[in-house]
Amino acid sequence: MTVALKIGRVSASRNAQLRAEAAAGYAFVTPALILIMVLLIAPIVVVLLLSLTDYQLGALEWSWVGLANYSDMLGDRIFLRSLGNTFIYVAIVVPGSVVLGLLVAILVQERTKSKAIYQTIFFLPVTTTLIAMSVVWHFLLNPSLGPITSLTRALGLGEFDVFGDPDLVLVGLAVIGIWQLVGFNMILFLAGLTAIPRDLYDAADIDGADGAWDRFARVTWPMLGPTTLFVVVTTTITAFRVFDTVAVITRGNPQGRSDVLLYTLYKVGFQDFNMGPASAMTIAFLVFVLVIALAQAFLIDRRTHY
Amino acid sequence: MSGLSFNDVSKRFGTSTVVDRFTLDVAEGEFVALVGPSGCGKTTSLRILAGLEEASAGQLLVGARDVTELPARDRNLAMVFQSYALYPHMTAAQNIGFALSLQGLDKVTITDRVQRAADRLAIGHLLERRPKELSGGQRQRVAVARCIVREPAAFLFDEPLSNLDAKLRGTARVEIARLQKTLGITTLYVTHDQVEAMTMADRVVLMDAGRIRQIGTPMQLYHHPVDLFVATFLGSPAMNLLAGEVRHDRGEVRFSAPGLDLRLPETTHCAPGPVTLGLRPEALERMPTAPDRIALTGVVDHVEHLGAETLVQFAVQGSRDASMTARIPGGWPVRAGAPVTLSAAHVALHLFDATGSAVALHFAGSARASVGQRVPA
Repeated sequence: MTVALKIGRVSASRNAQLRAEAAAGYAFVTPALILIMVLLIAPIVVVLLLSLTDYQLGALEWSWVGLANYSDMLGDRIFLRSLGNTFIYVAIVVPGSVVLGLLVAILVQERTKSKAIYQTIFFLPVTTTLIAMSVVWHFLLNPSLGPITSLTRALGLGEFDVFGDPDLVLVGLAVIGIWQLVGFNMILFLAGLTAIPRDLYDAADIDGADGAWDRFARVTWPMLGPTTLFVVVTTTITAFRVFDTVAVITRGNPQGRSDVLLYTLYKVGFQDFNMGPASAMTIAFLVFVLVIALAQAFLIDRRTHY
Repeated sequence: MSGLSFNDVSKRFGTSTVVDRFTLDVAEGEFVALVGPSGCGKTTSLRILAGLEEASAGQLLVGARDVTELPARDRNLAMVFQSYALYPHMTAAQNIGFALSLQGLDKVTITDRVQRAADRLAIGHLLERRPKELSGGQRQRVAVARCIVREPAAFLFDEPLSNLDAKLRGTARVEIARLQKTLGITTLYVTHDQVEAMTMADRVVLMDAGRIRQIGTPMQLYHHPVDLFVATFLGSPAMNLLAGEVRHDRGEVRFSAPGLDLRLPETTHCAPGPVTLGLRPEALERMPTAPDRIALTGVVDHVEHLGAETLVQFAVQGSRDASMTARIPGGWPVRAGAPVTLSAAHVALHLFDATGSAVALHFAGSARASVGQRVPA
C-alpha cells in the first residue's frame, strides 16, 4: 500500500516536472515562432487571399473573385511571354554561371600566392549594387557611346545594339546576370574543392587516373556533386528573380522581349495597381521557387551526399 | 613481384631536409617496416617511392627498373592509405576494379578479378556497398583488396591500421601479415606503432629526423640497438636508463652513479667518462646476485598488475631520482612501499657513451639473444 502510494507520488511529481519542461520548451520557441508567423507565413497568406480578390491598391471596395485571377493569368499573353522570357534567361544564366564559376574556382584553387587576389577580383561583382552596375553596363553596351561598341566596330565586327535588338536583349541581360553570379559560385565551388581529400588524388594517381581530365572526371566532379547541386539550386532561384537589370536598362523592351516574371508582376501591381492579378503571379512565382527547393531536398540530395 | 631499392634518396623542401640520403634495399617478397616518430620522414620516403612526391636527389628501383622519373601509374606499385582513400561515389567493387578499368581490361575479367580479391579478404558480400555503408574494418579491407587485385610489383602501406580501434588493429595486423606471406609480395609498411613494426616485419628500418638510425630484424633492433634513440624507441615500457660514469679501477670496469657502484663485465670496451646504462624492464629479475649479474636495491613505488605479468616501479636506493620499471611474472606478490632487490645479467646490459652510441659490452657472438631467459645462477 505504501509502495503503491509512493509510486503514485513519484509519477505525479514526474508528470509535474515533464509539464514544466514542456512549458519551458514552448516558452523558448514562441519568440521564433511568432517571428516566422509574422514575417514569413502571414505575408504569404495575405498574398494568397489577395490573389482571390479584385483589390486595387488604394481602393476602398473589393470583392472575392475566386480563381478568376488565376484563369486570367493563364490566358494572359504578357504573363506567358514574361514566363517564357524568364525561363530563357534562367536557361542561359544557370549553365553559364555554374560552369564559369567552377572553371574559375579550379583555376584559382591552383594558384598559391595570388589566390587571394583572384578570389577578391572575381568576388567583387557580387558585392556591387546591381542597379548601379546596370547603369554602367547600359553605358558599356550603348550602341553609339559605349566602349564595347567602339571595340567591335574597330575589330570590323560591326555595331551591336544589344538592348535594342529583340534577339539579343535576353542574352545581354543574361551576360550581366552571369557576370554577377560567377564570383559567388566560385566561392561555393572553392569551398567544395577544399573539402576533397588530397588522398583521393593520390589514389587516383597510383590507379592510373593522372591526367588533368581524368582527375577532374573521376574525382573532382563526382566529389563536387553536393556543392554543384547547391550551386545550381541557388543560382536557379537567383536567376528566376531577375528584376534590377530589366527595370533599369530595358523596362521590358524591345517589343516585350525582355519582359520577365518579376518585372511584369511589378508593372501589374505597382503601375496598374491591380493587386489581385499581381498576387496571383506572386503565388505562381512562389510555386516555381518551392518546386526547385523541393527538388533539391527530396530528389537529388540523397544521391549526391556520400 | 620484385625487390625495391632506394639509392641515396633525399627530399628537401626549401632549406629543410625531410629525407636525408635514404638508402634501402628490400628483397623480393620481403616485408620491411619503416618506423619512427611523427615527422621522421617515413611517410615521405614511401610517397617518393610511390611517385606521389618527387625526390630531390637519388635513384629508385622497382626490380631492376629505374622508376625515378616515371609517373606513379607506371611504377606498378599499389598503396593503402591511412585514410584508405576510397572513392566515396563508387561501390566497393568499383573501387577495387578502378585501376583495372583504367587499364582498359574487359568487364568480365575485371568482375572476376575483383570477386577473387574480395573473397580473399572476406568482403565478397559487400561489393555493392558504398564506402559510407561500410565499417572502418571493412573499408580497410576494400583498400587492401584494391591493392591485391592489381597484382603489383609491391605493396606500400601508409599507417593502414591507425584508424582502427585497438581490438580490430590486432586482428588486422595478423591478417595483413598472413596475406603478405601467402602472396609472397614485397611490402613496404610505414607505421609509428612499434608493435606493428616488430610483429609484422621481416626487417625494421628505424628513422629519425629524415635519417635511418638502424636497419635490422626486429630482434636485432631490440637486443642490439645502435644508439640511445633506437634503444628507447622500441620496447614498452621503455628501457630503463641510468646516467653515470665509467671508471677503471684495479683491472675492473665499474659503473658509478650517485649512490651506486656496479661492476661491469671485463670485456666492456669503454673509456672512462660519462655514460648511460640501459636495462630492459624484463632484464630485472628476482634472482640472487652473482658475479655475472648486477644487483639493484630500492623501494617499490607503484605496482601495476597486468595479470600475466606485473610492472613494478621502484626508486633505486641511493640514487636520488632514478626510477626504474621491472617486468616480473604476475604471480609474485609485490606491495608498494616494500623494499626490493632485483638483479640483471651482464648480458642484458646496454651501455651508451656520451654521444648516445652503443658501447660493446661483449665480444662478437654475444649471448644477448638469451635475454629474458633464465640465466642459471
